[in-house]
Amino acid sequence: MAMSTQPNVSLPENVVVSRLDSLANWCRKNSLWPMPFATACCGIELMATGAAKHDLARFGAEVFRFSPRQCDLMIVAGRVVMKMLPVLQRIWLQMSEPKWCISMGACASTGGVFDTYAVVQGIDRFIPVDMYVPGCPPRPEQLIQAIIDLQDKIQQEGTITGREFETASRQLRKRALVEHDDPLTIDASRNPVVQRRLAAERFSITPPG
Amino acid sequence: MSLAPPSAEPASSVPRSEDYLWTLNFGPQHPATHTTLRLVLTLEGERVVDAMPEMGYLHSGFEKIGEHLSFNQYVTVTDRMNYISPMANNVAWHHAVETLLGLELTPRCRYIRTIVAELARISDHLLCNGAVGLDTGAFTFFLYAFQQREVIYDIFETLCGARFTNSYTRVGGVSQDITPLVIEKIRGFLKTFPKTLADMERLLNRNRIFVDRTKGVGVLSREEAIARGTSGPVARASGVTRDLRKDEPYLAYADFDFQVPCATAGDCYARYLVRMAEMRESMRIVEAAVENLPAGEVDVGIAQRTALPTKQQVYSTIEGTISHFELSMSNRGFEVPCEESYAAIEAPNGELGFYIVGDGNETAYRARCRPPSLLHFAVFPHLIRGHTLSDVVAVLGSLNIIAAELDR
Amino acid sequence: MPTAPDSDTAQPRSRGATLLQSRFEGLTASTFRGQDRVVVPAEQLAEAMALLRDEGFDLLVDVSCVDYLEYRGATSRFGLIYLLADTRTNERLTVRCFVDDPEPTVPSMVPLWEAANWLEREVWDLFGIRFSGHPDLRRLVMPQEFTAHPLRKDYPLQGRGERHNFPVLTRDHS
Repeated sequence: MAMSTQPNVSLPENVVVSRLDSLANWCRKNSLWPMPFATACCGIELMATGAAKHDLARFGAEVFRFSPRQCDLMIVAGRVVMKMLPVLQRIWLQMSEPKWCISMGACASTGGVFDTYAVVQGIDRFIPVDMYVPGCPPRPEQLIQAIIDLQDKIQQEGTITGREFETASRQLRKRALVEHDDPLTIDASRNPVVQRRLAAERFSITPPG
Repeated sequence: MSLAPPSAEPASSVPRSEDYLWTLNFGPQHPATHTTLRLVLTLEGERVVDAMPEMGYLHSGFEKIGEHLSFNQYVTVTDRMNYISPMANNVAWHHAVETLLGLELTPRCRYIRTIVAELARISDHLLCNGAVGLDTGAFTFFLYAFQQREVIYDIFETLCGARFTNSYTRVGGVSQDITPLVIEKIRGFLKTFPKTLADMERLLNRNRIFVDRTKGVGVLSREEAIARGTSGPVARASGVTRDLRKDEPYLAYADFDFQVPCATAGDCYARYLVRMAEMRESMRIVEAAVENLPAGEVDVGIAQRTALPTKQQVYSTIEGTISHFELSMSNRGFEVPCEESYAAIEAPNGELGFYIVGDGNETAYRARCRPPSLLHFAVFPHLIRGHTLSDVVAVLGSLNIIAAELDR
Repeated sequence: MPTAPDSDTAQPRSRGATLLQSRFEGLTASTFRGQDRVVVPAEQLAEAMALLRDEGFDLLVDVSCVDYLEYRGATSRFGLIYLLADTRTNERLTVRCFVDDPEPTVPSMVPLWEAANWLEREVWDLFGIRFSGHPDLRRLVMPQEFTAHPLRKDYPLQGRGERHNFPVLTRDHS
């Protein structure tokens, strides 16, 4: 082709040469419409990020659509409990691809302060997560940084057909701290974390009488 | 019936009036449900015939955690209950702990806690009314409210380092004393907030759309308000003149001259107005407290062995050294009576109380939180029957139900 | 209050406590930090509460429970707590009722105060105490399929693995 022998071809100003993937990534990253799955305190910081002072709309996340069909980015802000997890999974399935997930705050990422019977210890056990934001709650600037990092990730790894979502090896199965064969028969005597805590208590745990 | 289908169907399939009822699942993921509340509405056209609320979508086991964390550690967890005004939760928790211990606070500490509790009240009411505005379509009002909340966040951040979820109080005192910079910021806020509040009132108070959407909607009568256990602005807007700041004065409220706004209509508009008026009264309290802040120690003295002594006391007095040792060693700590007590404060949402059972060591045996939002959500089906679907949103917003406090 | 308290137990002088003590025989009453507590056995609870409600205690502040399984000196397992208040005179009263395993049951307060509806459902959910006469005794905060009563002392803080027992969604599923 004539082009290959003349590397210094000058293009008019309104012509851009690129890959189709890069173009699609550029469009998608700059108009990430968030689906705010706000459950708890992080939800308030999410609202503050969208409010006037730390305006998230500057980064393309203009509209907080609440319909999963119209969003590309699910921001899980706050702790997710057992009762809420099926709802979270259903909404994730209702979102159409390409879609990404940000796990905002310590509770969504790992369970946070709440290592209790009801709170899921990290939504990435049950949902594929792309970006984690630490903090309890994270400052709005941290969330904006996470959105910017996600935009970089989309630009580098995205494809126009969504091929990057097909590789199952990208998501590693999260392992519990202590593995059991049958999760429903976990009892406290086999869990070293609980045993350590019981040993630190001052009075012995025996029923009266 | 004239609405029966004209095809050749037998007469027994004539639709009855119950067949026109349809079920709508509202939540738990919905913008207007203020995080995780669920309502299963039975509707006839647009009118609500019945509403079955379901909660528990944020139940995290707070009360069980209270049995494993010490009093000063648990205050971080109380922040996460009513996360709109976490300072009020901190004050409530330590008020209950200090009632159990029989501890008397220093005047300066009482004034500081009053100031932060009232700032938290302003913050809560701003968000609640802002959310009511947002849900009924007034987006500018919501942004004004959030901008003012950012100013309050700035004050809290200068005071203790965190925007919200402060964990500011400790047993016998607070974590950091108030500095002149904080006082300057509070004075600046008090100078600029009245004008913004007036702007916000001009936007909505006589706005035809807002008034039509909230007046006469979700009426709660006085007898029902008491029988169903409501408290706070929801009860006061129905004519129940009960405010723990006046009826059972705690902290420094007895020193201040303020009024408690009440209304008799009991609808959403009355609740909105009561909250707006309460913000003005809170400003008066904060102003009086800041101008008359007593000097002196913030934490209780060494003799009570509850608050950590200052470094100078530790290094130069024997009582300071002993007290520091007793409090820091994990198998010592302070003496807690084997008794139970309940103490409540007037949180922005209502009566927030903690029933604490002590068993001798620094960790509560049982820490029960009495949440105002639980009773308000239980009132909701009673309020909404007969109203339309769009009123559901207005009523839910005006009740200020915080899911984390509701579910704990 | 624990059944064997070791702090000051002066006799309360408030209206509610004296009324109950005069109407029923052998009730234990005490006061601590200015709060009056009266222990009422489960058989007399409905009558005592109706009496208090008619006397002016129109606000039911809270219904909750304490599991005394690991408490030194406790004699019964569950202690129910009813916090009452009078909106006209601003008096408070705490009514205690002790019940035991198996099948702890008390009469429901819903006919007297509508506020008891959800509060009693929560106690049933978290402690397993039945309220006879309650119109709708279902779980409130835990999922309906949940089987244990989490706030009992023999249930571990981290649970028994229920929180890990969910299907995993990967990118392939979407």
